[in-house]
Amino acid sequence: MPFYLEVIVCVSLLIGSVFLLIGSYGLVRLPDIYMRLHSPTKASTLGITGILIASMVFQSHLKGFLSIQELLITLFLLITAPVAANMIAKTALHQRIKSLDKTQNQELMEVIRDRETPSTPKDPT
Amino acid sequence: MLSWTIIIVAVCICVALILNLWRLLKGPTISDRILALDTMYINAIALILLYGIYVKSALYFEAAVLIAMLGFVSTAALCKYLLRGDIIE
Amino acid sequence: MKVFPMPVHSLLLFVVWLLLNNSASAGHIVLALFFAVTIPWLVADMRDEHPKILKPWLAVRYILMVMKDIVTANVEVALLIIGPIKKLQPGFVAIPINIDSDLGITILASTVSLTPGTVSAEVSKDKAWLYIHALHLDNEAELIASVKERYEAPIKEIFGC
Repeated sequence: MPFYLEVIVCVSLLIGSVFLLIGSYGLVRLPDIYMRLHSPTKASTLGITGILIASMVFQSHLKGFLSIQELLITLFLLITAPVAANMIAKTALHQRIKSLDKTQNQELMEVIRDRETPSTPKDPT
Repeated sequence: MLSWTIIIVAVCICVALILNLWRLLKGPTISDRILALDTMYINAIALILLYGIYVKSALYFEAAVLIAMLGFVSTAALCKYLLRGDIIE
Repeated sequence: MKVFPMPVHSLLLFVVWLLLNNSASAGHIVLALFFAVTIPWLVADMRDEHPKILKPWLAVRYILMVMKDIVTANVEVALLIIGPIKKLQPGFVAIPINIDSDLGITILASTVSLTPGTVSAEVSKDKAWLYIHALHLDNEAELIASVKERYEAPIKEIFGC
């Protein structure tokens, strides 16, 4: 394997694993469910993209032609990650899970669960 | 160089999986557990692809695709069940 | 009866089949063509009406912009996660939207979830408000303005609604 390909594979593997680790660390560290939602949807998506790029480069070298099938998983995860996050947020709101005390605009949570419009609509500026 | 990187990355992903497992066991709410499972399947895809690089085989791609699809569907089904008490309306 | 009732889906099926098999041999191309013709033909009656993409070039530019934003926003969120969490000021925000189509709202909500430190939680029944949760909220008006200008305006222009 040529040296520059090995460097590309190693660097993207390391970047990917660092982001995956940060995503899981945030899942443990952040204090409430609504904040925890952020770390897997964002950090883990980027992390898996890094690993998939590494896999793509490596498999292309192994087979001797450009193998871009790993892009399918990346695209699939990019489309489904926000949907899954949205559904988990809905579930948490539906179960009336309390958010952190310092959360701003907590009065909105009731409104969001009932899918109403906010009672005092702020003027969008 | 690659063999060392694979070991380091595998350790990182395994630590991430253990952190997910901790959140899965501790909860405190059911939404947290679903979120932990959701993160876990993403980490599992990463581990399987890494193993594919390690043994120099392309076969593991299919397994990764299957995990990605089943993981999303199960997250959606669990959330739907908790939201409505029913999966298919 | 049209040969391709859903041309975009046909193209997608064709490309995805070839990618799944990771080959461009004659046999797989014939099989992919077969799927690209028959599956849309079978399911054409089941689908909802979606608005057409009026400006494909703007759509491509939007996708590239979102890709760039995903990377920068992810680094920001990662730094927030490993930084001091006592200082984080989470908050819920209601964003007024005026996109008519469901597809447009879905794309906007997904983009908001993937990019700037926010997760979309719910859309109001009348589809006029998008509720999001922000990991760190220092300026609510600025966040609303940036989402509206950076993501909503291009989507409105792409679908013309």
